[in-house]
Amino acid sequence: MNLTLKIWRQKNNADKGDFKEYKISDISKDMSFLEMLDVLNENLSEKGEDPVHFDHDCREGICGMCSLYIDGKPHGPQQTTTCQLHMRSFSDGDVITIEPWRAKPFPVMKDLVVDRSAFDRIIQAGGYVSVNTGGVPDANEIPIPKSIADLAMDAAQCIGCGACVAACKNASAMLFTSAKVSQLALLPQGQVERKIRAEKMVAQMDAEGFGACTNTGACEAECPKGISITNIARMNREYFSAVVSSDTL
Amino acid sequence: MSWVSKTLSSTLGQKLLMALTGLFLILFLVVHLAGNLQLLFPDGGESFNKYAATMASNPFIRVVSIGNFAFILLHVIYSIILTRRNKQSRPVAYAVSKASTNSVWASRNMGILGTIILIFLIVHLKGFYYEIKFGSVPMTSYEGVEFKDVYAIVANAYGNILYVAFYVLSMGFLAFHLSHGFASAFQTLGLNHVKYSPLIKKVGLGFSILIPALFALIPLVMFFQN
Repeated sequence: MNLTLKIWRQKNNADKGDFKEYKISDISKDMSFLEMLDVLNENLSEKGEDPVHFDHDCREGICGMCSLYIDGKPHGPQQTTTCQLHMRSFSDGDVITIEPWRAKPFPVMKDLVVDRSAFDRIIQAGGYVSVNTGGVPDANEIPIPKSIADLAMDAAQCIGCGACVAACKNASAMLFTSAKVSQLALLPQGQVERKIRAEKMVAQMDAEGFGACTNTGACEAECPKGISITNIARMNREYFSAVVSSDTL
Repeated sequence: MSWVSKTLSSTLGQKLLMALTGLFLILFLVVHLAGNLQLLFPDGGESFNKYAATMASNPFIRVVSIGNFAFILLHVIYSIILTRRNKQSRPVAYAVSKASTNSVWASRNMGILGTIILIFLIVHLKGFYYEIKFGSVPMTSYEGVEFKDVYAIVANAYGNILYVAFYVLSMGFLAFHLSHGFASAFQTLGLNHVKYSPLIKKVGLGFSILIPALFALIPLVMFFQN
């Protein structure tokens, strides 16, 4: 395959940045999207040019490190992570536009790399269970119905890649935050800090500067892990019941 | 900051206000439509004029009407606050965006639809509410009792083809606004359930077609009756 890539190049956080066009040839259909970018970077390095910076780690679709807004969609045309996107999703001669996630709380550090530590700070605000865990508990010591365990696991699938923020017209982090609130609110272990968690995580989400939710459902449609917006409804319930009933003023 | 103001300045609290005021306005649409359909009674406007007089004199209705104006204002103010915040959350726009592949048009354009409805509302209130309350209204009498002939004012306005076209078009925009707003309000309230949400979505869609269609029918029928 021969392709034309329009890639966002930005020297650093302060730089204005602009698109640059690259031609790339002899790309196999079986390559992953990131392998295609690796080939481009090898070519650039050989020519002595600065390679295109992008985030990646496991390349197995489970770490949440890769990003990229490809041809108007987060993680490209398939509902998967960019590392699991393959070049067979494109055709010979395509012009592919590659942009970084766009959101005020995700500043562009270089080229396609954005700083997603806003997500870490939301987790740090309450996305944990503070108990002495001790040794490994016996199986079935805490009975959890299968249906509840399934819901909690569905929420826990979130890898924190930020595609929901990238897809949302408001750059809202509701899907991410709601998944992290839900996975603990559903389980017995999460009950002790249930109210304070919802209050603090929502407050941190707002403080980071993410937008509000318009319930367009774009996040759910683009999430590589299929996180449902029923989690957002659950977070709303958790938050509203927490603010009216918690003993924090 | 007290917990109330803290909650109402959070994005979730502000969305809650949007949902609650929106649902109230949805209820208001039903009541308003039920009253207005009396315009189509073939009695020269008698039942509508009597209804209008009751609405204007009933103290309960007057309290609700003040609440209604307040909720419209809250809905508008918080939509401005939220839209400003949402715009600021993405200072640099995407060069290429295929939003139509992951969401419906109405859901992404509630602000624009709402603005058009607000313009309609201002024209509507100026033309009817203000005229009837403060303007000079012709009088008519039934069984010796004097009534404001509100029907005559409405019939006169709906004799104008441009006015009728503006009304019908505005109801189209209202339909799109409701097609997302109805179900969206329930989601914001946290009412998302595997049993009820599909029903809420269907009822919302039906509501968003039926109510604006009936509203639009009134000026159309009255225009062709003239």
